[in-house]
Amino acid sequence: MSIPHYRGHFGPAHAERLLWRAGFGPRKGEARALSRMGLDAAVRSLTHPGPEKLVGRPPRTDKGRRLTPKDAYGHDHLWWLDRMVRTSRPLAERMTLVWHDWFATSDSGVGSAKLMLRQNELFRRYALGNFRFLLHSVTADPAMLVWLSGAENEKDSPNENYARELMELFTLGEGNGYTEDDVRQQARALTGFRYDWKEGRGMVNFRFDQRRHDRGLKTVFGKRGRFTWREACNLCLDHPAHPRFVVEKLWSYFIPTPPPAATRRDLEAMYRRTSEIRPLLDAILRHPALYLGPRMVKPPIVYTAGLLRALGRRVDTEAWVWLADGAGQLLFYPPNVAGWDDDRWLDTATFRGRWAIANEALEKFTLEQKGKKPLKVPRKPEAIVANAVYLLGTPRIRPETRNALVQFARAAMADAKEEWKRDAYPPLVLNAVRQLLAVSPDLQTS
Amino acid sequence: MSDCLDHRHTEALRRGIALPGAGLPTIEPGMPTPAGTGLDRRSFLLRSLGLAMSVYGAGSLLPAALEEGVAAAQAAAGAKGKILVSVFLDGGADSLSLLAPVGDPLYRKLRPKLALPQGAGPGFAEDARLQWHPALTPLATLHGEGKVTVIPSVGYDDPNQSHFTSRHFWEVGALDERLVTGWLGRYLDRHGRPDNPLQGLALDWGLQPALATKKMPVASIDGPDRFDFWARGVWGDVQQRMLEAIGKLGALPTHGDAALELATGAARQTAQLYDQLAPFRPKDDKPAFTSPVAYPKEQDFARRLAGLAAMIASGLPLRCVSLTAAGSYDTHDGQAKDLSDGLGVTAASLLAFQRDLEARGIADRVLVHVWSEFGRRAEENGSAGTDHGAAGTSFVIGSRASGTMIGEFAGLDRLDKDGNLRATADFRSVYASLLEDWLGGDADAILPGPLPSARPKLVR
Repeated sequence: MSIPHYRGHFGPAHAERLLWRAGFGPRKGEARALSRMGLDAAVRSLTHPGPEKLVGRPPRTDKGRRLTPKDAYGHDHLWWLDRMVRTSRPLAERMTLVWHDWFATSDSGVGSAKLMLRQNELFRRYALGNFRFLLHSVTADPAMLVWLSGAENEKDSPNENYARELMELFTLGEGNGYTEDDVRQQARALTGFRYDWKEGRGMVNFRFDQRRHDRGLKTVFGKRGRFTWREACNLCLDHPAHPRFVVEKLWSYFIPTPPPAATRRDLEAMYRRTSEIRPLLDAILRHPALYLGPRMVKPPIVYTAGLLRALGRRVDTEAWVWLADGAGQLLFYPPNVAGWDDDRWLDTATFRGRWAIANEALEKFTLEQKGKKPLKVPRKPEAIVANAVYLLGTPRIRPETRNALVQFARAAMADAKEEWKRDAYPPLVLNAVRQLLAVSPDLQTS
Repeated sequence: MSDCLDHRHTEALRRGIALPGAGLPTIEPGMPTPAGTGLDRRSFLLRSLGLAMSVYGAGSLLPAALEEGVAAAQAAAGAKGKILVSVFLDGGADSLSLLAPVGDPLYRKLRPKLALPQGAGPGFAEDARLQWHPALTPLATLHGEGKVTVIPSVGYDDPNQSHFTSRHFWEVGALDERLVTGWLGRYLDRHGRPDNPLQGLALDWGLQPALATKKMPVASIDGPDRFDFWARGVWGDVQQRMLEAIGKLGALPTHGDAALELATGAARQTAQLYDQLAPFRPKDDKPAFTSPVAYPKEQDFARRLAGLAAMIASGLPLRCVSLTAAGSYDTHDGQAKDLSDGLGVTAASLLAFQRDLEARGIADRVLVHVWSEFGRRAEENGSAGTDHGAAGTSFVIGSRASGTMIGEFAGLDRLDKDGNLRATADFRSVYASLLEDWLGGDADAILPGPLPSARPKLVR
């Protein structure tokens, strides 16, 4: 086994990228602290975290009330965002998000925040766990049974919805080693799930009902048997095309360039033995391509959680719900069963959405002169930019970006020709520099 | 020395400047391009805008590339570039109410509660069995003028009754659940430009999937008067400088890094769009444009259409525009009122839009396509509503619409196995016709085949 590890200097900049890719960005000082551990220990701290601790103050609504994620619209989003901001297990939380995207289920089709949150717990439980167990659990998960019509799939009227996505999106890839006939046969193997409808309580009592199951012979991938839903899963998991699919898809969440062939084969071999995700993550997060390769655009929710972590601000407003929608990533509402499109995070509308997110995140730190006494803020362009960078957790930015901000600050301060402006403008300029830094290409990517 | 208004305009245009103390020279419809300047009206307007902003203290906001790109887009499209406006009735609008078959005895049987009474709305001249929904009277008026092409039963074979899936089919222009580019997006990828986000414009909270491209920039705004950027504790000169700086962020080097290019490109396109829309932003709470006709008040859909007409009139290089109509059409219960309300605002707004375009002399350049993801079940349900159905009704509206019905009303005596109306026209052949006869695109290259060979005549 010869998966290469990054052997270069592991400084704060490298730790910062690791924390963004494998979590939700650093809190103040966290990148430096992690870099001191060295690469191996740093990655291990992410892949082998202790029990979860939620650090910092709990989330609140605008009125200072507790969240009611199962009941109030958008509180599910706020509840999870808070988790991303406060967790002591950032990689586990990030993997929960990965599974939400991988097995993308939308409340628009499920219609029950309760079931969505139950599925979310499932993803969290298997965040760093075993893909085989995860797939079996997802297949019988109530939200998924509603979302992909698994509960409508019975022997007399089979529904192919889940069978198709099971192979196409979850385990093999489109058209990759299965036929339309395999889809139909797998659908038969997956028959039998159901639930009851209770007035006032909605969908309850999800279960497998033998009487609805098609117990006949099926032929899947050329194998014959009286396959059940568990065997339908195993047939996919044991399919020769499956390990490569998992390795490449998992890799793509952390590194934008495809894995080198030798690395990929080693990762496949590793996965084939146990179906465990954690060792794959251990290898991917230490791979040189993560530290030396190109950047990735931060998904909007990662961007948001990261701003709050860097600023040390808790979730204290419901505005995050519509702001998330505006930036294109409302949790529990992926656009379709294929999940969010990572190549489509940024257009003119979502840029404006991120602008609004940055502005909301900075809201508590807005400098405003009250009364006549001028605020004590830096006036030199370089010092203004340094102040903004510090407030946002001292992210590493490129010299050209810093230059652009300094030039902006210089030009804006030069506009202050009248005396009142010389007092009034510095806080305005600082507010503006913070905003511009937060939406800069450097901070939208990692 | 002559100083009549025309002359001042012409001089201003010739020099590409704003008039001192008077802001922008007004570009009037029909004003000829000054000879010998080598510039068309469009680039003048942009140039003037840049200067106008400097008048307002915005400095050199306008990147040269934008001006060139937009001027070139305009040159390529011609000053009379055609515009397609897609209007979506969200939820599956009930075709048996849009054009009610009051002359069909089965209608009352299937719709004991919901059937519209004979004479409630205007009759439909092209099929005596049908009658317009009373709220669609504005469309009936336009139909009487030959400006509405009705497609009474449009859909596709083996209809899908999921909102998501059927809407997706319509958006991507194919019965393909995996296709991620929209049919208009693929048109723009093929025929659009790399430097003009306005060519595909969603007047909505987010990008409409029909406009999703693979490579060309497209834009999404709530309305041309709403694309503003503000930040807490930033105002005056500093705010102007901050807005300019978005363009500066968009000009940062990316060294070939794809993610940086995405983030930088988004800032760049945002700055471009912000500039393009400058004339439409209200100043001091006063609207930046006025409409020559009255639109329904306090309605997003009407406000966006009014803004759209003003944008088109100003010569901005729009090609494909998408909006969501007023109202909600997933009428599982309480259908009568919901439908009436939604259709009423939608039809009145569309009529105002058409009259607006006519008053501005640009109605020949714009075609509106109204569609929904499906129609509804022929038989009403137990809660004074209707469930998901199959074939729906589409309209093509505009001075250049053929005005002649496409296909025929499918009839209530030959419903499909689910009790739904059958399609007598395929939405993909409608798209093919719009692409070929209106936008001048290659339908066979844009819509995954095989396409129905017949092309309905939607345009005259």
